Amino acid sequence: MSNAPVLRGLLALLTCQLVGEVLVRLSGVHVPGPVVGMLLFVVVLRLRKPAETSGLVTAPSLLLRHLHLLFIPAGVGIVVYLGTIRDNAWPLAAGLWISWLVGFVVTALVASALLRFVRERP
Amino acid sequence: MTVMNSGVLLHGHETWTWLTTSPLFGITITVAAYALGRVLHERTGSPVVQPVLVAIVVIVVVLKLCGISYARYLVGGSYVGFWLGPATVALALPLHHEWHLVRRAAAPILTGVLAGALVSVTTAIVVTHLAGGSRVLQLTMAPKAATTPVSLALSTQIGGIPALTAVLTIIAGITGAICGPWILDRIGVKDLRARGIAMGSVSHGIGTARALTESRTEGAFSALCMGLTAVATSILVPLLILVV
Repeated sequence: MSNAPVLRGLLALLTCQLVGEVLVRLSGVHVPGPVVGMLLFVVVLRLRKPAETSGLVTAPSLLLRHLHLLFIPAGVGIVVYLGTIRDNAWPLAAGLWISWLVGFVVTALVASALLRFVRERP
Repeated sequence: MTVMNSGVLLHGHETWTWLTTSPLFGITITVAAYALGRVLHERTGSPVVQPVLVAIVVIVVVLKLCGISYARYLVGGSYVGFWLGPATVALALPLHHEWHLVRRAAAPILTGVLAGALVSVTTAIVVTHLAGGSRVLQLTMAPKAATTPVSLALSTQIGGIPALTAVLTIIAGITGAICGPWILDRIGVKDLRARGIAMGSVSHGIGTARALTESRTEGAFSALCMGLTAVATSILVPLLILVV
């Protein structure tokens, strides 16, 4: 009984991703399937308005609690490029971190300037 | 005694081969390294000790020491990486919880994301070029602000090195998780919504996970902007590489 809700939540997540992936391929749009799946799942949540104990809430909560774990295998790919990274350390470090910093600060300042006109509480 | 030892040795080789080719190895080492990262993170309380960073370093060292290739590690590792898709879908949850805030902030969100994507892609190409990086490296760097599956696909499309783009993307994410909140405090951005927009726009899912630990509002804005940045970057990168 207690396992059924989580199972249903996982099924909802997988189904949203599956539909997203299929839609992206059928339409030929360059958007990742999981992102379309996320938008679909927002619609599902808006329509169903699940309780906090529902699998539609507990299953995604479980995955989000350990989101970082899921990035590790791709990150370990660095092992293949250690040589390339060593040979191009300066352009890679500068390109990555300067660009990251400028993008981050610009986005934060633009958003915070515009948000002054939008109150947090109605 | 001798018989037993030789028996162990005989099977030792087979067992080692089985171990390093079984998915169980990659899955277990990934979860173990992550658990270790979490423990170290809690013990030190330092934002620099990010579990994902600790885990990657530990696994890379183990693979190097044992002479196991990345492809072999991925036999199991890809089972863990697979869940990144459903987890991206799961980011709809904070968005749903904070919907009342998100709806009213549509204009700042879209403007922030667009500004962020434009600046991220342009500076990535220009700075890598100025620092002496080849065109291939510039193209590899260009999509790094978008979430991993998108940056990887874009890199393939424009002629970068896809796997290196994935690594750079993850480092951009870790950088956000480590330095993001600190920088936001320094430049005086206190609005949780603006903080989330910045985290999601340049540090995708890894930044979003950090944002979620700060507040649900920040996490929700970050999740949405991660998704929107993926879309904006997909459209902008192929256009920008023609002019930059």
